[in-house]
Amino acid sequence: MTDQILRDSLLITPGMLIPLFPLIGFLINGLFGKYLSKSITGWIASISVLLSFICTFYIFINLPSTGALHIDLFNWISYSTLNISFGFLIDPLTLVMLLVITGVGFLIHLYSIGYMHGDEGFTRFFTHLNLFIFFMMLLVMGSNYLVMFIGWEGVGLCSYLLIGFWFKNDAYNDAAKKAFIMNRIGDLGFLLGMFFMLFNFGSLDYAVVAQKALLLPVGSSILVSITLLLFVGATGKSAQIPLYTWLPDAMAGPTPVSALIHAATMVTAGIYMIVRSNVIYALAPFTLEIVAIVGVATCLFAAIIGLMQNDIKKVLAYSTVSQLGLMFAALGLGAFSSGMFHLVTHAFFKALLFLGSGSVIHALHGEQDIRKMGGLRKYIKVTYITFFIGAIAISGIPPFAGFFSKDEILAKAFEHSKVIWAILSISSMMTAFYMFRLVYLTFFNDFRGTEETKKHIHESSSLMTIPLIVLAGLSIIGGFIGLPSVFGFTHQFQMYLSSVTDASKELMKENIELNHSMEYILIATAVIAAIASILYARFKYFTKKEQPSEDIALVGFEKAVYNKFYVDEMYDTVIVKPLKVLSDLFLVLVDKLIIDLLVNAVAWVVGLSGRMLRLVQSGNTGFYVFAMVFGIIVLFVIRLLI
Amino acid sequence: MKEVATNYVPQNWYLLLSTFLFCVGIMGVLFRRNAIIIMMCIELMLNSVNLLLVAFSAYSGNSDGQVFVFFIMVVAAAEVAVGLALLVSIYRNVASTDINVLNKLKW
Repeated sequence: MTDQILRDSLLITPGMLIPLFPLIGFLINGLFGKYLSKSITGWIASISVLLSFICTFYIFINLPSTGALHIDLFNWISYSTLNISFGFLIDPLTLVMLLVITGVGFLIHLYSIGYMHGDEGFTRFFTHLNLFIFFMMLLVMGSNYLVMFIGWEGVGLCSYLLIGFWFKNDAYNDAAKKAFIMNRIGDLGFLLGMFFMLFNFGSLDYAVVAQKALLLPVGSSILVSITLLLFVGATGKSAQIPLYTWLPDAMAGPTPVSALIHAATMVTAGIYMIVRSNVIYALAPFTLEIVAIVGVATCLFAAIIGLMQNDIKKVLAYSTVSQLGLMFAALGLGAFSSGMFHLVTHAFFKALLFLGSGSVIHALHGEQDIRKMGGLRKYIKVTYITFFIGAIAISGIPPFAGFFSKDEILAKAFEHSKVIWAILSISSMMTAFYMFRLVYLTFFNDFRGTEETKKHIHESSSLMTIPLIVLAGLSIIGGFIGLPSVFGFTHQFQMYLSSVTDASKELMKENIELNHSMEYILIATAVIAAIASILYARFKYFTKKEQPSEDIALVGFEKAVYNKFYVDEMYDTVIVKPLKVLSDLFLVLVDKLIIDLLVNAVAWVVGLSGRMLRLVQSGNTGFYVFAMVFGIIVLFVIRLLI
Repeated sequence: MKEVATNYVPQNWYLLLSTFLFCVGIMGVLFRRNAIIIMMCIELMLNSVNLLLVAFSAYSGNSDGQVFVFFIMVVAAAEVAVGLALLVSIYRNVASTDINVLNKLKW
């Protein structure tokens, strides 16, 4: 016991330093950035994240997987029985998130120094990036839902700032606003969920909420409503149906932002939140079903749209939405640690793919249309190789990272429902297909752009390629942290998270272990399906040298897919336009007719009385004196009468 | 002296006298246009109050009222000093002490 106290006291300082470094980096760059040279600001930002990574790693090594570090900074809100402290909780789940955020975050910072080189907003970019890392840390480190909510809102703000980073472009600003508003809809759900929690449990602390929830019967309406509301927040932040449309548009931001915020970290906040609340979710089977349905639907839907996109970043964006759907499906099936596992591996290879696409875009001076690429492997070798590794990893080919995590989820899906398994498998095949469609169209055959661009194609600087290589390495070996038990290994990752997820595992109680032969068959099916999809993509876009057709040539279903099933247009007609009409109506009826009238009437009365009363001020002293005396007499009379 | 004032002169008389003086003052302020006379009338009102205070003080055997009188005298002296200075400067400007001449300050 004393050992534990001593150990914790040694870990508290680095624990508090973790969020402090990016905050300091943000303050230095934000306040004094214009006095510093550009390269220095980039390095300040990167090193602050590196220092956080070191602190995280130190805690990771010294904190046993059963331990949890509580750091209470101060009592924040204290009112009668309500007590909300501003504190941090560092347990295995938080550490996993922190390692991803700081590790991948540092690599992306490094990459950004090369990528954003020469941009006039260089310092601003790194300021916002540091601020984002800080808020993301608050999100994963908070010891209660309110601190998480601060981070939740903060990362939303940073996402908005960075999507609209090139604010001179109106379309980018619109994308930023869209992301912000979509997130806001989700945040309302989160907020209401917190109110429910406060009302029913009187606390927002993770542990207390879980404890009190256990006293309620399984599936009670209170738990269902809380979890559903929280899930609405998750659909906003993690881009799930119906609030996913902001994520593809968010690609307007600089590519490192897409890699960091819109692939590796922020969009996984919803997953983190649900895993963090796994006990209350496990107590609400109805919500879990909804989570699974939404996840599976998003997974399939986004994968279908991804098949037809021609913008290199849009393909990756839909792939992200689809993969997030896969994670939610895992959560919905109660496989919380599997969802987290996929989150980690996905962070590796999706960050790699985005950074790789950034490198491609960089080489082609801003060209994002894959129809104008091709044959790039000869010119940008490092990018090609790393991108290829990322594509294999996401497709689920062993022994790359994506295989292990995806396979685990598929196996869990098979245990629960064959239908879910089938849909997820089909989505995985599509993923493999569109990723390799991307690879073949971008890197193989002949270059399809202009001669002018061709002359200038160049490999990126080592600042950009080194992060790519490191991430490629992680994409190769990242899966080994969770080797499946079917091959006779202990599942390290699951073991590590067990202190967080065990409570819910007992509640779920329906762990039908698949027999090994069945699992081998599943793995073989998944791998063969992925390879078949890749070969089909190779046949179609490499051997037959097909090219995506022009926008106008599309008909029927393909056209609908290419136009993202017209979801944006649908939202526009169903929600945006009626809202606008309603606003106009209110403008005319309420604002102009009632409110303006009232306000103007008040002003008119005041003006009129002023105009009349000023006549009293005649300048005649005698009259003033008379008025005074008369007033006194009146007062006397009133006094006497009453 | 105190006995004479309280034994032979009833309190009502003081009341009546000071009310009379006060009314004279008010009438003067209201109906005269010469600023000097208005100021004199203000003094008259103040002094009528003084008289009343002294009278009450003597009858009730409490000296608080007389202390007040001194204060009022001091304030009145200060007021007259300022008022007369204003009057002198007004006279220099408009060559008159008629208050109706000074009617420029209005809407």
